Amino acid sequence: MNLLVITEQREGKWNNTSFETLAAAQQIGAQAGGKLAAAVIGKGVAALAGELAAKKLDEVLLIEHELLAAYTPDGFCVALAQAIAQTKPDLILLPHTYQVRDFAPKLAASLGKGMIGDCVGYRYENGRLIFVRQMFQGKTAADVVFEGAAPWFATFQAGAFRADLVAQGAAKAPVKAIAVELKPEQIRTKPLELFREAKQAVDLTQAPILVAIGRGIKAPENIPMVEKLAKLLGGELAASRPICDEGWLPMERQIGSSGQTVAPKLYLALGISGAIQHVVGMKGSRTIVAINKDQNAPIFEVADYGIVGDLFEIVPALTEALEKS
Amino acid sequence: MKIVVCIKQVPAKDAPLAIAEGGWIRETEIGFEMNEPDTFALEEALRLKEKHGGEVIAVSMGPERVKQTIKEALAKGADRAIHVVDDKFYQLDPLGSAMSLAAAIEREKPDLILTGLQSDDHGFGQTGVLLAERLGLPHATIIMQIDVQGDHMRLKRELEAGWFQWVELPLPAVLSIQSGINKVRYATLKGIMAAKKKEIAAIDRASLGINHAPTQRIERIYVPSKTKKTEFITGTPKEAAAKLLEKLKHEARVL
Repeated sequence: MNLLVITEQREGKWNNTSFETLAAAQQIGAQAGGKLAAAVIGKGVAALAGELAAKKLDEVLLIEHELLAAYTPDGFCVALAQAIAQTKPDLILLPHTYQVRDFAPKLAASLGKGMIGDCVGYRYENGRLIFVRQMFQGKTAADVVFEGAAPWFATFQAGAFRADLVAQGAAKAPVKAIAVELKPEQIRTKPLELFREAKQAVDLTQAPILVAIGRGIKAPENIPMVEKLAKLLGGELAASRPICDEGWLPMERQIGSSGQTVAPKLYLALGISGAIQHVVGMKGSRTIVAINKDQNAPIFEVADYGIVGDLFEIVPALTEALEKS
Repeated sequence: MKIVVCIKQVPAKDAPLAIAEGGWIRETEIGFEMNEPDTFALEEALRLKEKHGGEVIAVSMGPERVKQTIKEALAKGADRAIHVVDDKFYQLDPLGSAMSLAAAIEREKPDLILTGLQSDDHGFGQTGVLLAERLGLPHATIIMQIDVQGDHMRLKRELEAGWFQWVELPLPAVLSIQSGINKVRYATLKGIMAAKKKEIAAIDRASLGINHAPTQRIERIYVPSKTKKTEFITGTPKEAAAKLLEKLKHEARVL
């Protein structure tokens, strides 16, 4: 089975999840056999291709074009379809980033193929590749297999594999430039400026202790109670997406796939159910404590310590105990 | 503007799930609700109609139970609805779902199609993008703001790690709406009464003539095995709090 990893970069900087997917591809390749290639797409990204060539790969594909300088779903799909036609991989793997979610289903469908998205792992059994993904907000896992002829497309969730396990190559892999035909009229999206909304007042990635709240906090009036606990612990306040969407805490305190990814020494999750979008942002924390009234909440899957109970009783009890000590 | 909004009915957030055969859950004992990400798409469609005039058509696929969610969309202000009826719709792959929805939507020739970001059941997160591909329309995803300017739109897309981008897209187009883009309205009593007179056109999915061999299949679903061993701390709130702090100090050594 020949594999192709499509990496992601923006303005010459790697999206690090590309290497997690590369690590997954190396593992799959070792079991299933076949050649492994990795592609870099953009403009002026030859240096990144050179960097990639140091990894244990059979080939690096360099896909460059004037019209690929800024990302557009049309431009990327046209270019990548040509690269796939020229190199004929069986399985195409990508990191499950916002950008990949924007173009990869379209790329697969334009070839009449399907994509298994947001996989958290795989199994290789009796020559069969089975992908594992989550359903029902992480309450269940699913085994999913491809039907029909290759090529197949799959994406891996951030954190599903470890980027530091990517094997380096014994020798530099050859870099092959892929000639792409792309015309301005094929691109319907006009990409304009990139920007950040607020200057970050607090850098949660540097905080040793985070006390995070979710829907279970119920109302903004209840936040000071948690803030007090965070202060006593010497930590910062964080939140899952719904809390920031409601405007109860600023966006910069949001943990998860659309916010910060953190790995503090202690992460206290209060009233957070543990939807995958939140868990990907915090599961690397050293010690995770979950307090939730639903004993089946998926947050307990990643917790080291769990208390099934009412946070409105337990938080004041914790505060009181800390004040006494 | 003629706006189509795709809404899905999913198991209620707090529904206890029991696993059934065939890669799905036992439906008999649980409640269903509108997929939360789709509520933001519906709200955005209603706001665009209020600003630019036109019509909002809610489209949903699934068995008879889906009518309840369609009625909710009508009560909130959608003008009419299309129900693509299929009892086994959960067995469709993302492409099969999108092809079916595209066939039902195509006849309407809408100016704009909105979807939520992903569903809280399958969570494929592909429907909007695949709809665009099937209908030959441009698309953009994870949209935080829509400014319609004549024959095109200026859109605010959310990227990762706090970054955003403005993009321009011609109409007609398909947009996947980011959750939290707006504050979702409740249905009023007047809206609920008005909804009773609104049209729900039922289309049998089989009648759409979709010829599609699935590209993927869910072999089974199961309760995930734990990656970590969770130590549950019990007792009264006071006892649990004391035990937890003790463990964090002396066992985990993080305090």
